Amino acid sequence: MSDTLNKENSPAQEGGLQPKMVTVEIEGKRFQVPAGITLIKALWYTGQDVIRGVGCLGGFCGACATYYRTKDDPKVKTCLACSMAVEDGMSFSFMPAFPARKALYNLLELKDPKQDLFELYPEAPLCRNCNACTEACPQHIDVREGVWKAVFGDFKAVSEMFMDCVMCGMCAPVCIADIAPNLVALYASRAQGAHFTEKPEGLSKRIQEISDGRFQQEWDRILKLSDAELQDTTASTN
Amino acid sequence: MELNAQRNLVHQTRDARRSKSFPKLSPAERDSLIKKYHPDHRAHAYRPIKFGPNAGQLTVTEVATLLEGESPVPADLDLTPEYSVDVLVVGGGGAGCASALHAHAQGANVLLATKLRLGDSNSVMAQGGMQIAVAPDDSPVQHFLDTLKGGHMKNDHQLLKVMVEEGPSIAKWLLELGVLFDRDADGNLHVKKGGGSSKARLLTCSDYTGLEIMRVLKDEVLNQKIPLLEFVAAVELLSDARGACTGAVLKDLDNNRYVVVAAKTVILATGGIGRLHIQGFPTSNHYGATGDALVLAYRLGVPLVQIDTFQYHPSGGVYPEQLVGALVTEGIRSEGGHLVNATGERFVNELDTRDVVSSSIIRECEEGRGVRTPSGRVGVWLDTPLLDVEHGPGTLDKHFPAMVRQYERYQVDIRKDPVLIYPTLHYQNGGVKIDVNGETPVANLFVAGEASGGLHGRNRLMGNSLLDLMVFGKRTGTLAAERAKSLPKSSLTLEHLKQFRAEAKRHHVSAGVISPMVLPAYTKK
Repeated sequence: MSDTLNKENSPAQEGGLQPKMVTVEIEGKRFQVPAGITLIKALWYTGQDVIRGVGCLGGFCGACATYYRTKDDPKVKTCLACSMAVEDGMSFSFMPAFPARKALYNLLELKDPKQDLFELYPEAPLCRNCNACTEACPQHIDVREGVWKAVFGDFKAVSEMFMDCVMCGMCAPVCIADIAPNLVALYASRAQGAHFTEKPEGLSKRIQEISDGRFQQEWDRILKLSDAELQDTTASTN
Repeated sequence: MELNAQRNLVHQTRDARRSKSFPKLSPAERDSLIKKYHPDHRAHAYRPIKFGPNAGQLTVTEVATLLEGESPVPADLDLTPEYSVDVLVVGGGGAGCASALHAHAQGANVLLATKLRLGDSNSVMAQGGMQIAVAPDDSPVQHFLDTLKGGHMKNDHQLLKVMVEEGPSIAKWLLELGVLFDRDADGNLHVKKGGGSSKARLLTCSDYTGLEIMRVLKDEVLNQKIPLLEFVAAVELLSDARGACTGAVLKDLDNNRYVVVAAKTVILATGGIGRLHIQGFPTSNHYGATGDALVLAYRLGVPLVQIDTFQYHPSGGVYPEQLVGALVTEGIRSEGGHLVNATGERFVNELDTRDVVSSSIIRECEEGRGVRTPSGRVGVWLDTPLLDVEHGPGTLDKHFPAMVRQYERYQVDIRKDPVLIYPTLHYQNGGVKIDVNGETPVANLFVAGEASGGLHGRNRLMGNSLLDLMVFGKRTGTLAAERAKSLPKSSLTLEHLKQFRAEAKRHHVSAGVISPMVLPAYTKK
């Protein structure tokens, strides 16, 4: 089984095909790397110590926001470096930490969250519709539309549209109105959850039942059982 | 056979498979399957730990070597603190954020240090959901029993009872912070069924449950202005004359300087061990999952529990190559996705516990019924298109947007084609010994989340990790803050390290391995 068990950075498999090498440019410098490895693995492969720009390695944390361009294409695109494969002639650079302003707020004390948006993020309604944020989103969210939905108070729509948002922040540097759309959307989503979504009755009931000791008898019975008796009890369920 | 032809076999056999059910194994069958195929039972991968609180006990070589490793901190380090706080939280994932928020809410002066950015963690990747017994036909007792069964009856009863009973209040807290759990038409929390559970108990935010929770918790840590040190790793703990924990030595990874923190209480929330690649397995874990808390606590004399058992998640990616080890959500199996071998047959009930399903996949592959990829890896099929067939077109798009996207990036359409999977190193079942408040046997040292042990027994049930993080994040944060109020300032020494080094010498542990590992060494030099 050793051929299925390999470490993260081995590009080739014993007994498998030898990888084809491709030429890429990392932060402006040329390297040869095996075709098809991720941009992050290309960093390791080329001997760079990586501290920043790597997080979950699963496409969820947004740490590895990256700009890239493919051969002969003038368009600079965005991606998550853990979830993108190198190809020949590709150039890429990692996005530096961008100093976007996050508004600080006490969510529970907001009186009128839809109006408060304009105090917290006064730049939000100044969107000039250039659509650069949408084009910059590696998650294919219609970011521009989301900003407008937030401004018009449709927080529910925002929360649904931005459920895929990994907070990589690549929508912020491109904004000519200095909006950080991901932060606006996060505010709207949290407000939607905390202020405009009904409290689930079943949950309150369950919390009450627990504090009233409704399960106490059952606990007393269960916790007195020997391991063998417990095993029998669990075997009968499921 | 070509991969394409193999794939077609899955399409061809789908209808026949749909009409048959696959029985769950009896306890005896489960047991013998696991003993034969589960990586926890490969004796050659294990060795006794040479010295320290768990001396003589078996663990995997990778962990034993780190536990016996050498601290990077020089004996004569200047211990004048740069920060003096009530509560130092080490780790910025779910447990770290939760404990910091709860400690802060108690009025404590908190510092949160993490070696990556705030939130870069395994928690953010949790797709399957969070088990909380909220449904009318369910109860915390049933949650307890299911977890116990999944953990092979080896779970710490007290820890487990606390977790299942506090679950509902955790759901309430997260809702108040704005977390958008999926709902039923009547407004109640929607629950899904997870592997190994007798009731539908998983709270979800589509397949972004961890991401949604972490977006909110991170934002809240920032809103509460809790001081942060990012790209700063804990490399040693500090102790006083009576051996209590009094702070930590951190290392700033940007400039390699040591940062000494005096803390009345310390909470370790550094997560698990996937990046140690135990037994050579690929992993679903984040970049920093190097078991740092195990090492730090061990050197301070804290025993570890069940440190010989790990979870290999059944569905790690095998193809394409970029997704090797990456997690394919368990939700697919929960919703009825079949596992199919190279002969087009099912071979396990997909809703059995993770250890059973993983063992059965390893069996299929070792006995020649696996599917080989062009790069030489082996796996079995997970029939994703079946979900759209079974529940109607659009099911995958609606319930698994993250997974659709995960594969779309590499031109694989999971709505049309099945994916290849093989077990991936996913979770550390055991960990640092704690009590119901998350406190270790060493005074004022707390551990929360995956780094701690005992709660999950020998196999963690799906959806119990997110709950573990939140419950023990809360308990450690709250108690550490309380405790700090009554504690006087104490001395900062490396006395425990002196003793540890003497022990290492006595046991002829040759120098060379520095621990904690902090980040894996993937760089080709």
